[in-house]
Amino acid sequence: MDVLLIHVLNSLLYASVLFLIAGGLSLIYGVMRIVNLAHGNIYAFGAYVTAWVVGSVAAGASMPVWLVLLPVGAVATAILGAGLEPTLLRPFYKRAEEYQLLCTFGLLMILEDVMRLFWGPYPLSASALFEGFGSLTFGESIYPTYNFLVIGVGAAAAIFLWAFIYRTKFGVVLRATSQNMRMASALGVNVNRVYVEAFTLGCFMAGLGGAIIVPSQSAVLGMGVDALVLSFIVVVIGGLGSLEGALVGAIIVGFVREAGITWFAEIELAVLYLIAALVLLVRPAGLFGRP
Amino acid sequence: MSVPPSRPRPASSTARALRVAVPVVVLLALVPLILPAYGAILLAYGLVMAIAALGFNLLLGYTGLLSFGHSAYFGVGAYAVALMVKYLKVGSMELFLVGAIVAAVLITALFGVVCVRYTTIFFGILTLALSQVLWSLAFKFFWVTGGTDGLRVPTPSLFAGLVTGSGDKIVFMSHAYYYYVLIVFCLCVALMWVIVNSPFGMALQAIRDNETRAEFVGVRIWRYRWVAFLVSGVFTGLAGALWVPLNGLTTPDIMHWTFSGEIVFMTVLGGFRSFAGPIIGAVVFNYLKTYAVGYTVYWQLLLGAVLVGLVLSLPTGIVGTAGRLAARLQGRH
Amino acid sequence: MSLLVTKDLVKWFGDTHAVDHVNFTVKESEVLALIGSNGAGKTTLVNLISGLFRPDGGQILFRDQDVTHQSVHGRIKAGIARSFQLVNLFDQLTALDNVALTIFSREGKIANPVALAASDSAVWDEAHDILRLFGLEPKARVLAGGVSQGERKLLDVAVAYALRPKLLFLDEPTSGVSTREKAPIMDTVTSVVRSQGISAAIIEHDMDVVFNYSDRIVAMHQGAILADGTPDEIRRNDTVTTTLIGTTEPR
Repeated sequence: MDVLLIHVLNSLLYASVLFLIAGGLSLIYGVMRIVNLAHGNIYAFGAYVTAWVVGSVAAGASMPVWLVLLPVGAVATAILGAGLEPTLLRPFYKRAEEYQLLCTFGLLMILEDVMRLFWGPYPLSASALFEGFGSLTFGESIYPTYNFLVIGVGAAAAIFLWAFIYRTKFGVVLRATSQNMRMASALGVNVNRVYVEAFTLGCFMAGLGGAIIVPSQSAVLGMGVDALVLSFIVVVIGGLGSLEGALVGAIIVGFVREAGITWFAEIELAVLYLIAALVLLVRPAGLFGRP
Repeated sequence: MSVPPSRPRPASSTARALRVAVPVVVLLALVPLILPAYGAILLAYGLVMAIAALGFNLLLGYTGLLSFGHSAYFGVGAYAVALMVKYLKVGSMELFLVGAIVAAVLITALFGVVCVRYTTIFFGILTLALSQVLWSLAFKFFWVTGGTDGLRVPTPSLFAGLVTGSGDKIVFMSHAYYYYVLIVFCLCVALMWVIVNSPFGMALQAIRDNETRAEFVGVRIWRYRWVAFLVSGVFTGLAGALWVPLNGLTTPDIMHWTFSGEIVFMTVLGGFRSFAGPIIGAVVFNYLKTYAVGYTVYWQLLLGAVLVGLVLSLPTGIVGTAGRLAARLQGRH
Repeated sequence: MSLLVTKDLVKWFGDTHAVDHVNFTVKESEVLALIGSNGAGKTTLVNLISGLFRPDGGQILFRDQDVTHQSVHGRIKAGIARSFQLVNLFDQLTALDNVALTIFSREGKIANPVALAASDSAVWDEAHDILRLFGLEPKARVLAGGVSQGERKLLDVAVAYALRPKLLFLDEPTSGVSTREKAPIMDTVTSVVRSQGISAAIIEHDMDVVFNYSDRIVAMHQGAILADGTPDEIRRNDTVTTTLIGTTEPR
C-alpha cells in the first residue's frame, strides 16, 4: 500500500511540474496564438538560475534563505520573457507561421548555449535544500518531504491561475483578447501590453516549474528539449490553449509516466507517444481544446 | 487582341537551369585535380549535406511543411548502412544505398502517416518529438547500435565492386569516393528538379499556397503531403548513407535535434523559396562550420543568433538576396 | 430537367438551424441567383452541396446520383465546382499556373512526379484558352497574388470553370469589386457559362446584378427557402421585399 502511495505521489510530483510548463505554453498560445519552441529551454533556464543561486551563490546560507531564494528562477524567466516578446516575437505576428517557428527555434538554440556558457556542461544542483527537508516515513517506505512542497506549489499555482483568469479584471481582459483580439482592441484594450503580460506570465510559470524541481533533480543541458517534447504530449491530450486541459493532461502524463517507468522502463516514452497518437486520432483538438 | 504564342513556357526554364548547372558540374568534377585532398573531402561533405537539404526543402519550400526532425531520416540512412556492415557483412556502396532507401521509406511512411495530418505548429513539434524518440532508441538499444560509441563503417567498394578502397584511404575518399558522391549528387538534383517541375510538384505548391482551394481543385491533400514527406525523407536518408563512409563512424548525435537544426539553418541560409537555395546553403554552411567550430565551442549560439537574424532581415537567404541585388544592379527596380 | 436536387437538407451549428429542411433545385443550363440577408444560410447551403460540410440530415442528388456522402474529390469528378467569397487562389503561382494546375488535376495527370509539367502542351494551350475566355490572357504570367481585385475574382471563377463542371457555384463573385467593374465581370461570367451550357448558382447581395443576370431567383431566410421564381415574380413578391429590405412602402 505504501508503495502505491509513493507511486501516486511521484505521479503528482511530475504532474505539478508538467502543469506549470504546459500551462504556460497553453496560456501563451491561448492568448497570442503562438507556440514558443524555446519554451522548454525557458523552463531549463529557470532551473539553472535557481540551482546556481541556491546551490552555489548562497550555498553556505540557511534553509529560510534558500526558501526565499527558490523562486528566483521564475523571476529571471519572467524578466527574460518580458524582454523577448517585444523584440523577437512581435515582428512575426503578421508574417507566415513558418517564420515564427524558425525564430523561436533559433531562440531555442541560443538559450541552450547560453546556459552552457554561463554554467558549463555539467549538472548543477541545489541538493542541500532538498536534503534539508528530510523525509517522511510511512509504513516501510521513506519519501522525501521536499516533494510535497513541489506538489503543493503545483496545486497552488493551479488554484491561483484559475482565480487570476476567472476572477480578476486582468483575467477578463486576457480572456477577451484571446477570444477576439480585434474586438478587444476596438474596445480600448492595449493588445500589445496584454501580449507582453501574457507571455511574461507563461515564462514565469515555466521558470517556476524549473525552480521548484531543481533541488530534487539537477539542472542539466538537454532538459529543456525533453520538457518541450513532454509538454507537447500534455497539450495534445489536454488541448492547446486550455489551462484545464494542461492540468488534466499533466496528471494523465504524470501517472502514465510513473507506470511506464515502473513496468516498461525502456519504452516509457513510446507509451506516452502512443497515448498522444490515440488522442490525436480520436479527438484532434484534445480533451478541452478548441479546434 | 492578337493570338499569343501558345507556349513559351518553362521548358525554357529547364534549359536555363542546364546552362547554369553544366559549367558548375564541370567545375565540381575538376576539384580533386585542383584542390588538395582535404579540400575535395570537405566539398564531398558539403555535397552530401546538399542532398539532405534538397530533400528537406521539398517539404518546406514546396509543400509548406517545416520539419524539425529531419536528422531522424539522415540517421536512419546512416545506421542502415552501419547495421548492414555489422550484421550482413556487406561492403558494397550500391547495396548500402538500397538498404538506406528501404529503411528510409519504412520510417518516413510510418512517421508521415502521423505527421501529415497536421500543419505548422503541430507538424513541427511532432517531427521534433519523433526524431527525439529515434535518438533515444539509438541510445537505449546500445547492444545493437553501439550506443554513444557508435558503429564503425569501413571503406566501401564502389560501382559493384569495380573500385575498392584498398589503397590509401585519403586518396580514395578525395578521388574515387568524391566522384561517386558527385554522380549521386547530380542524379539527385536532376530528379528533384523534375519532381518540383512536374504536375505533382505544382500540386504540392498549390497545397502550400492554399490548402482549401487545392482540395476544391481536386487534389487529395493528405495523400500528396504524405508522398512529399516520403520523398523528402528518402533523399535525406540517402544523404546519410553517403555520409557514413566519409565519416567512418556513425553515432546517435546525427539523430539529435541539434542536427535537424543545422539542416533547417542551412536551408534558410541558402534561401528556402528557391530550388538552388538549399544546395548553396548546405555547401556554404559546411565550410562555415568547419572553420567556425575551431573558433568557438558555442556553435549553437552562433547558429541560433544568425538564424534569428536571417529570419528577421534576410528571409530569402543567399539566393533570394543575391537575386534582388542582381535585379537592382540591372536597374530593374 | 433538374441537375441538382436537395431533399430536406439540414445543417445545425450548435443550436441554430443554419440550413432547415431545404429543398433546393437547379435546372440544366440556367443561371440562378441565391439571395438572402447575412446568416440566411446561402453559403452554408453551397458548402453542403460542394462538400465542405457534411449535412446533419437530408439528401443531395446530382444528375440523379446520390452525392450526400461523397468526398469533395468525388463531387468534383461528378461535375460540381465552386469559387469562394474570399478569393482563394494560389498566390505564388502565376494566373496561367493556377488554371493549368486545375486542368492537370481534372485530367488525372496531377499525380505524376516524373514528367516535366512544361512538356504537356495540350494542358497549357487549354489554360491559355480559358484565360482568354475570361479576358485574363494579358496577366497570364503574373503571380495570382499580384493582379487586381477584379481580376482575382475572375481568375477564381476561371479556376473553377477549368474543372469543366456541369454546375458552378459562385459565392459573391462581385463582392469587394468597384461598381464600375461589376457589370464587365458578370457579363464575362454569364456569357462563358451560357455558351458552354453550364448551370450557375450565384450568391449575390447586389440586387442590380441579381435582377439583370439571373433566369431564376431563390430567396433564403433563416435557413429556409422563402421564395423561388423568375425575377419578375420575385420583384412582385411582397414577403421577399419585406424580409430582405424591410418594407414594401416606397421611400
